[in-house]
Amino acid sequence: MSLLRIRNIARSYEMGAETVHALRGVSADIEKGEYVAIMGPSGSGKSTLMNLLGCLDSPTSGSYELNGTDVSSLDENALSDIRNREIGFVFQTFNLLPRVSALRNVELPLIYAGIPRDERREAARVALEQVNLSDRMEHRPNEMSGGQRQRVAIARALVNQPSILLADEPTGNLDSTTGTEILGLFHSLWKKGHTIIVVTHEEEVALNARRILRIRDGLLASDEIVK
Amino acid sequence: MKLWHEIMENLRIALESVRTNKLRSFLATLGIVIGVFTATLMATAITGLGKAFENSISAIGSDVIYIQRFNWGPSEKWWKVRARRPISLVQARRLAERVAPPATVSYESGMGGTVKYLDRTASNVIIMGNVAASAEVRGLSVQEGRFLSEAEVDGERPVCVLGHDLAERLFPYESGLGAWVKVNDRRYQVVGTLEKMGEFIFANLDFQVIIPVTRMIADFTREPDLTIAVKTGDAAALDEVQEELRWIMRTVRGIDPGEEDDFSVNNQNALLDMFGKFTAVIGTAGLSMTGLALLVGGIGIMNVMFVSVTERTREIGVRKALGAKRRAILSQFLMEAAVICLLGGVAALALAWPVTLVMQKWLPATISPSIAMIALAVSAATGLIAGFLPAWRAARLNPVDALRSE
Ligand SMILES: Nc1ncnc2c1ncn2[C@@H]1O[C@H](COP(=O)(O)OP(=O)(O)O)[C@@H](O)[C@H]1O
Ligand SMILES: [Mg+2]
Repeated sequence: MSLLRIRNIARSYEMGAETVHALRGVSADIEKGEYVAIMGPSGSGKSTLMNLLGCLDSPTSGSYELNGTDVSSLDENALSDIRNREIGFVFQTFNLLPRVSALRNVELPLIYAGIPRDERREAARVALEQVNLSDRMEHRPNEMSGGQRQRVAIARALVNQPSILLADEPTGNLDSTTGTEILGLFHSLWKKGHTIIVVTHEEEVALNARRILRIRDGLLASDEIVK
Repeated sequence: MKLWHEIMENLRIALESVRTNKLRSFLATLGIVIGVFTATLMATAITGLGKAFENSISAIGSDVIYIQRFNWGPSEKWWKVRARRPISLVQARRLAERVAPPATVSYESGMGGTVKYLDRTASNVIIMGNVAASAEVRGLSVQEGRFLSEAEVDGERPVCVLGHDLAERLFPYESGLGAWVKVNDRRYQVVGTLEKMGEFIFANLDFQVIIPVTRMIADFTREPDLTIAVKTGDAAALDEVQEELRWIMRTVRGIDPGEEDDFSVNNQNALLDMFGKFTAVIGTAGLSMTGLALLVGGIGIMNVMFVSVTERTREIGVRKALGAKRRAILSQFLMEAAVICLLGGVAALALAWPVTLVMQKWLPATISPSIAMIALAVSAATGLIAGFLPAWRAARLNPVDALRSE
């Protein structure tokens, strides 16, 4: 059984009288422990696919099984649970809450999982140690560099021990040195057994992955194993 | 347990948000502050009035009937009432002779004036002309000395009994017993002082001086208009005794059968009625003012919460992406609105507190714990109601759209 299995998944948006077909039917299987890059030019449907894989959105048609559960027809509350348990998001713009400390940011998913405070604190601390930020726990996002912020975001994505780490253009807002550093972190996480899916339009970023799915105009153009 | 975590977490988020948006929260809650402030003062004033009224009523006595030229409360035509003959001493005495025990009769007259002792002066004093039985009928308790005696009343003796506060004013260090004071420039000897009676709506009865009614007539009012107070000694027989008194009074006044009474027979029920209507009017006015202020305040809160939701759309998206359910987002914003309003309620109570201290000059007014609790509950409830729509909108945001917002 694949960790993640999509079949002919499509998503269109109604824009007034017009219908935008962002995704026109994509099928793929991703196994546990894979490191996959989703590539394609801007507007090709990468983010749309990632939102579907991350259970932020439901497909217009097609099926999606995550860990053997059909999630394409679940209601919002059930999807919230799945996101909380199975998915860790890393965004291009970090999306940290600006007014609270790194530790409190990392705690967030555990709050919605209903984990008691002390346990939560401990888990958040461990996650921040994992991304080498033990000395920045009480800092707020605006007191940290871009790379540090993205590492906080990665710690937050990992703290719930999700099945998949989903990253949409994770290096898009970083300089190349910091970007390389973050990719190194992904690499080591993958080595530890995490499943990682990175959305990018940059070839160098994609080359860190072991498999590249290329999207063009809402369709899967190629699916290749690298290295 | 999970719900509890969520509530505590949302409370923390709410406090954080209020702290970082102090000015906005303050402005938002202004209407609530005004509403709760007026409501609290109104409630405090009404309970204070109620207490004062209760004291007054107990001074009137639940089993005491008053025969007077005027009637209490509204009704009878004032020009007819004005044309009535005053009640004279002779009439009062005749009536008293005909009333059988256990009923007790007092007849009295009142005026205002000044009482002096040496260089100490008390003005705006209530000067009461009483008889010996007045103490029992009026429920007066002597603190020091004694009350007026029958012999003193019959002999028109220049003696007096001082109310508690008046005695303290004139004799702050020494006992006044035996001293000669000047009541409106006539000399009277103090034979007793009264215990403290408490607060009243109509007058401060602790600031009175009581002299024989006969002496009052001799010294000050040649043609008095007396009030006859009859204690029935049995509250249940009030109506019966009242009717009996009416007939006696008609005879005493020489009213022919078929003619109307030219006097009134009153008891506390008329006052209770009046007071009930009075508080109902104040209460209704207060409630509608409060309601209006809370409505305005609620709309303010709603606006601020809408702004807050719009500003934090992305935050909402992030929270949803991390697993927050609709309920969690809903309660986060509800909690924020409730916290803002609750702080407004606390501020209103803090503002109302010194005002009640000033009110205590006239009324036994205090903010009772129950009034405070209700005020806070109403504040929080206003927040919950006003915050519902914005919170609902936040809860229903689509996570993808919310994350894309700037
Ligand atoms: N919420 C939306 N409403 C309407 N059109 C959308 C929406 N999201 C994406 N699209 C459209 O779908 C297409 C694919 O978008 P997206 O998945 O964001 O592409 P990518 O991430 O590859 O740049 C684009 O043409 C975009 O304009
Ligand atoms: Mg994109």
